[in-house]
Amino acid sequence: MEIIEILFTASFWAAAIRIASPLIFATLGELICERAGVLNLGIEGIMVAGAFAGWMAVYSGTGLWVGVGVAMLVGMAFGALHSTLTVPFGLSQHVVGLGVTLLATSSTYYAYRLALPEVTSPPKIEAFQPFEIPILSDIPVLGQALFAQTPFTYLAFVLVAVVAVVLYRTPLGLAVRAAGENPNAVAAQGLSVTAIRMGAVIVGSGFMAMGGAFLTMSAFDSFFFGMVNGRGWICIALVVFGSWKPGKALLGAVLFAAFDALQIRVQQTSFGAQIPYQIFLMMPYFLSILALVVMSRRAEVPAALMVPFNKGER
Amino acid sequence: MRLEPIKNPSLARSFVPPLIALTATVVIASLLAMVAGANPFSVFGLILKGAFGSKFSILETLNRATPLIFTGLAAAVAFRAKFWNIGAEAQLYAGALMTVVLGTGMLAWPSFAILPVLALMAILAGAIMLLVPALLKTRFGVDEVVTTLLFNFIFLLFISMLLEGPLKDPMGMGWPKSARLIPEARLPRIVDGLRLHWGFALALLSAIGIWIIQTRSTLGYEMRAVGLNKQAAAFAGIPVNTVLVKTALLSGGLAALAGFSEVAGLKGSLTLDLSPGFGYTGIIVAMLALLHPLGVIVAALFVAGIFVGADSMSRAADVPTYLADIMLATALLLMVLAIMLTRFRVVRD
Repeated sequence: MEIIEILFTASFWAAAIRIASPLIFATLGELICERAGVLNLGIEGIMVAGAFAGWMAVYSGTGLWVGVGVAMLVGMAFGALHSTLTVPFGLSQHVVGLGVTLLATSSTYYAYRLALPEVTSPPKIEAFQPFEIPILSDIPVLGQALFAQTPFTYLAFVLVAVVAVVLYRTPLGLAVRAAGENPNAVAAQGLSVTAIRMGAVIVGSGFMAMGGAFLTMSAFDSFFFGMVNGRGWICIALVVFGSWKPGKALLGAVLFAAFDALQIRVQQTSFGAQIPYQIFLMMPYFLSILALVVMSRRAEVPAALMVPFNKGER
Repeated sequence: MRLEPIKNPSLARSFVPPLIALTATVVIASLLAMVAGANPFSVFGLILKGAFGSKFSILETLNRATPLIFTGLAAAVAFRAKFWNIGAEAQLYAGALMTVVLGTGMLAWPSFAILPVLALMAILAGAIMLLVPALLKTRFGVDEVVTTLLFNFIFLLFISMLLEGPLKDPMGMGWPKSARLIPEARLPRIVDGLRLHWGFALALLSAIGIWIIQTRSTLGYEMRAVGLNKQAAAFAGIPVNTVLVKTALLSGGLAALAGFSEVAGLKGSLTLDLSPGFGYTGIIVAMLALLHPLGVIVAALFVAGIFVGADSMSRAADVPTYLADIMLATALLLMVLAIMLTRFRVVRD
């Protein structure tokens, strides 16, 4: 019964939206890459790099939004590396992606140690604060859940709409989708598949880094090792779950986050206290695998995903 | 730009790009060492000395290479068939778990009987661990990269649960740590007085065994065929899904041996920090070895040397040890590029 009551509290849904925010950014980023035909396994490392870069920028004195921009730029730099190797050179997207994750993670940790050699507990920053949107935040339950979040969360929702419009309503979006479905047709139109794919990976990686930055700049106010903790891999599952569509991906991220918020609360009930806490912590990963199994049967995978494009070759 | 295959690559074509890749890696690492305020020459000197400078350090490197040979083989075998097993970390812990479950008193047998049983049961545990993602791939078409990655997180939490519950050592002073193996279940040292256990010899034998399987058996041929072109392999009558499942069993078993060897040879008990990412590093080892089983031995020694050397360099020169990880990631990315450039020419449009 306690569990049912939890589902009707504003604080529960507010937590779900908060937990969903970094996933929304990174899932959108991965979705853009895959829509253009490139699987980006650099996501986990790029999120780590973004988490550190944004936080470090703010810690060194820049404003919060500048920090978000810095994180995005760092993510785009790793995206440029990834796409240079996988698109014009056509190298294995699996190997390059894992390599980028390793490189981004280790260089982040290296930079952290160099920047803060003596600290035992990482310093805190003034993170984004919740901003109650007038009138809307007064709606019972829903208002406090949706409209009393930090501006960084609002940006995540705005971005979903922007990406959806660009993908489905603009020539650019059409070109991106075509690059992932039928690159030969794109080339026949006189467009450069290489440029479109690289652009998509670079922008997508920027979004992933923003997802990482959300963790250090809005969800928490500090950077620590292992804080991304597999969220990147979960986002790859969320892209499949959302059938490569921004709206469905958003829904998937919120559902997933709601489940995560629920397990945290059930842990604290008298029923949850009898179960080892590790069982609860496993749930998000199991849920991701389950989502993959259920969705992969009817998934509409971009036809040219992971297929390198070399002009003049059929 | 466009890529054009080279029909008959010259000798220079085959050797120059990889050499440039390695040089570039060293240059990048040097620049990073300079950012940390250290002299790159002394940093590399310290890494070399730390890895191979004394009898102690050489043994340390060999010990560190042992699990990497196993996980490197696990990745090499799977990647050859284009089965992307990124879950060697979980399979390693599955092998380690089986070893402590059976080896801490449940089987009170003499060494010659218990050690082979422990190794085989560890292999079984790792194979089963990877069987789930393999079946999800062949039955439901679920991408194994994500499932094997996610299982790493799940299984580590499972181990944590056991170490705080049924497997917790009552004498462990509250630490999440298993009981110690019985003396008969420990892998003996190869030479008395030298800190190197039989796990290393087992790793070398496994590499040779895999090499023989790959070059001399039908399964080896089928795994290569599936890796090169699934449709063509299926057309030639090769049961692709069966081959993938067999590959997965082999790969998972190899990774699990790393766990067995670390517990029975080195640590004696299971803790949550048994592996500092050996499963992931195995992927780098396999790629640097160009997926060749014997090359895995060399690559594992190289990678282990960098890690062991970087540990002692970090203490002496005050450069973060993560320099080692950066070097390996850079080497990995540049080497894949270099290998491609030995076979293709970049043509401007």
